[in-house]
Amino acid sequence: MTNDFPKLILPEIPNFHKLEVYRQHGGYEQFRKALQMSPDEIINIVKASGLRGRGGACFPTGLKWSFMPKNIDKPKYLAVNGDESEPGSFKDRQIFESNPHQLIEGILVAAYAMGIKASYIYIRGEYHKWINLLQAALDDAYAAGLVGEKMKKTFGIDFSTDIYIHKGAGAYICGEETALMNSIEGKRGYPRVKPPFPAQAGLWGMPTTINNVETIATVPAILRIGAEAYSKIGDPGHPGTLLFGVSGHVNKPGVYELPTGILLTELIYDVCGGVPGGKKIKAIIPGGSSMPCLRGDEIEGIRMDEESLKPHGTHIGTAGVMVMDEDTDVVAVALRIGRFYHHESCGQCTPCREGCGWMENSLRRIARGEAAITDVDMLVEVANNIEGNTICAFGDAAAWAVRGFAVKFRDEFVAAVKEKRVFVAPNVVHSKRATRNNLTFDDQMKYKPVV
Amino acid sequence: MEIQFNQEELEKIDNLKKRYPEQQSVLMGVLWMAQHKFGWISKEVMGYVAELLNLPFAHVEGVATFYTMYHKKQPGKYHVQVCTNVSCMLRGGNELYQHISNKLGLNNNETSDDTKFSLEEVECMGACGGAPMIAINEDYYENLTIEKVDEIIDSLK
Ligand SMILES: Cc1cc2nc3c(=O)[nH]c(=O)nc-3n(C[C@H](O)[C@H](O)[C@H](O)COP(=O)(O)O)c2cc1C
Ligand code: SF4
Ligand code: FES
Repeated sequence: MTNDFPKLILPEIPNFHKLEVYRQHGGYEQFRKALQMSPDEIINIVKASGLRGRGGACFPTGLKWSFMPKNIDKPKYLAVNGDESEPGSFKDRQIFESNPHQLIEGILVAAYAMGIKASYIYIRGEYHKWINLLQAALDDAYAAGLVGEKMKKTFGIDFSTDIYIHKGAGAYICGEETALMNSIEGKRGYPRVKPPFPAQAGLWGMPTTINNVETIATVPAILRIGAEAYSKIGDPGHPGTLLFGVSGHVNKPGVYELPTGILLTELIYDVCGGVPGGKKIKAIIPGGSSMPCLRGDEIEGIRMDEESLKPHGTHIGTAGVMVMDEDTDVVAVALRIGRFYHHESCGQCTPCREGCGWMENSLRRIARGEAAITDVDMLVEVANNIEGNTICAFGDAAAWAVRGFAVKFRDEFVAAVKEKRVFVAPNVVHSKRATRNNLTFDDQMKYKPVV
Repeated sequence: MEIQFNQEELEKIDNLKKRYPEQQSVLMGVLWMAQHKFGWISKEVMGYVAELLNLPFAHVEGVATFYTMYHKKQPGKYHVQVCTNVSCMLRGGNELYQHISNKLGLNNNETSDDTKFSLEEVECMGACGGAPMIAINEDYYENLTIEKVDEIIDSLK
């Protein structure tokens, strides 16, 4: 059934990662088309498409681009965020591997629209292989005169822009936009206090825009099908296709490109083949480990887009969906998450540094059965004290993640500190599916190769 | 080993500098090159890099220690990284880690006496769809079972 949906980012075309194949299918023609427009027109198209950032915060992309100052003689930069270190997220990697040129073309469009001098694609250091794949694609694009000084001649324009890859070296916090900028500047990845915002003073103090890899890779597709058509895909409040990365207890984990607004049950049972052993679902993290979890008994009828998830107290984040079956020890999962945030806190703010340490320690005691019931309430309180009191959104993320489990599965946390542990709470699992696929799709929207 | 880049590597660094408006930005790239060549980032390497890039030693040390992928001690010839974050944990990542730890006789962040293996328990490596997974040096191995891991490790010379 997944074939019925448009594949704007991961088209099923063999060897699409190769420059020749990408060009055979109309690659780099969208940039050519963009050059016929004024920068403002392009920004307006991105605005009209309704595209929202895929890095986690869902910020409207066109609006972000419009914050960049115009008519100044300072150099402006674009940082493309491929840090992808949020547990449960593994989608940008697929773009590097399967469609690197669309990312490069998206950068060219963004660069032209904002007058960018150079773009830096920040990729986590563990992705050695994917860095090499993207670098190879970038070398091909340079050699073909599509990027850099030679593009002036290729496209007959008085504009050129450069693209470089910057390799990270293992630090989750570098995915935070200002930490990422410090990292590119050759410093420790400490988040900066905002304001000033990156559009005023980002990389080297110059106006900078930062976007996620998937966000940028979507831009050429928007130009290809048009803003209006794009805005009609999926949920109107958060339109388009998303790369859902589904992991954990499903039969067919992987990255799937699907329209926003798809039912969570549809994603799990139809797309991903359901839960191994036909087990029931106990919990789902909908968008990477930072997003509060949903309990199994809540997922019926929930749609996967930012506006639909908000009323349920969670977010689409990176669309990294982690599925946990009925036998999962959620206290152990919460502890693992708490340990992650404690390990990754950069330590600049006291509430985050101390709070994450406190959360991990108390989760450890709870998991060992060495805590008291009051510790469970204290855990929630500590999370409350971190939230909103820190320099960057990492603090909120840590608080949301841990608190989500402690609140939604309070009974189990309480049971853990009592003598006898009970894992399965039959009233909280998703046991019977009532929802069915009722999304329809316009045939026109399918990926059509340009001949 | 003498801590010194050769001419070709120095030229590579010069080219790297052209990518950025300020040369300090090459620090991470140069540390990667140094790790590749010298195996790990010792104090001596930090000092060499600091001098080469005209940066204070404390800055280079601060950066090298902030990022977990720069080895601050000699890793084994095969650096085995096992992810135990949530998606991997749900599919047996902890058991895999325990198995490898027993098999190699190593605890987290230890290197075997013959320096053939080192073991590290790592956070999510962005391969959750292929959980459980490990990486050995720069290569990912996904969708693992205990048997597959045995096969992979036993094949390492
Ligand atoms: C702790 C933390 C980690 C983050 N990690 C990433 C990441 O790995 N990739 C990413 O694109 N955005 C990440 N973000 C979000 C970025 O700060 C930023 O909002 C995003 O890259 C903007 O791009 P977008 O508007 O296209 O989504 C992270 C944020 C925080 C607070
Ligand atoms: S919230 Fe945490 S990660 Fe962010 S700056 Fe403060 S201490 Fe660092
Ligand atoms: S949780 Fe192991 S690779 Fe993501």
